[in-house]
Amino acid sequence: MESPDVELLWWDGCPSAERALAELREALRELGIGDTEVRRREIRSQSDAEAAGFVGSPTIRIGGADVAPPDADEPAGLSCRVYRRRDGRISPTPDPEDVRETLRRALVPGEVNR
Amino acid sequence: MTLRIGDPAPGFELIDTAGASWSAGAPSTATTVVVFTCNHCPYALAWHDRIAQAARDYADRGVRFLAINSNDSVRYPRDSYAAMQARVGAEQWPMPYLHDATQEVARAYGAQTTPDVFVLDSEGRLRYRGAPDADYDDPAQNAAWLRDALDALLSGSEPSRAETKPVGCSIKWQQ
Repeated sequence: MESPDVELLWWDGCPSAERALAELREALRELGIGDTEVRRREIRSQSDAEAAGFVGSPTIRIGGADVAPPDADEPAGLSCRVYRRRDGRISPTPDPEDVRETLRRALVPGEVNR
Repeated sequence: MTLRIGDPAPGFELIDTAGASWSAGAPSTATTVVVFTCNHCPYALAWHDRIAQAARDYADRGVRFLAINSNDSVRYPRDSYAAMQARVGAEQWPMPYLHDATQEVARAYGAQTTPDVFVLDSEGRLRYRGAPDADYDDPAQNAAWLRDALDALLSGSEPSRAETKPVGCSIKWQQ
């Protein structure tokens, strides 16, 4: 099985990146692709954020697709992302099911970019 | 500046979202909870309902809660005074939401994160500082560390856990 391109973008003003990475790795293991490389990319400045289209930390992209796509008018910047879990709770990390769902789509040829 | 447990808390006077003035710090007459918080941080938002419920639950026991937003609103417009007003207008807040536009109060308290909780006794001395409870992700925690500290103070005893590590987004300092 071909591994998808998985990227974690983070900013050190938020303490949530490690948890997001752990939940991401767990999702990869559950889907049988635990050896997938996770590219970690630190966003250090506003210009970094704008260049990367980074709307907050942590951001997980799988095959280029955000696991929780932000609103189109969400500004790029050094901030902590506010996620809403499927049960309605606010969280600093995306719902693991959103991560798994994006990974599943990435494993279907043609669904998202590799 | 580092505020230590037992220190007299710095005095301050700030306005809330309706323009009313509030003050706290030593000397004081009421047990006071000062919570540094904000609009844009997921940790502050995740803990907000628990803190607000504690404010309701302890109101009739003479405890007052003051929420303070000290973030730089130039770089973080969601924390502007207008955004604070809009939020309070849209929600049911049991405590005033104060604007620390100069960030002097956050600096005086040594606030690090949103949220960062400071409990002052009836003499205005710091008696608890840290997180509301052990896990932002578990509503059942119910701000237990904050409540434990208040229960201890209201019963005339020392909080068994006087200090915990504040967890959340860093305060966004002006540049």
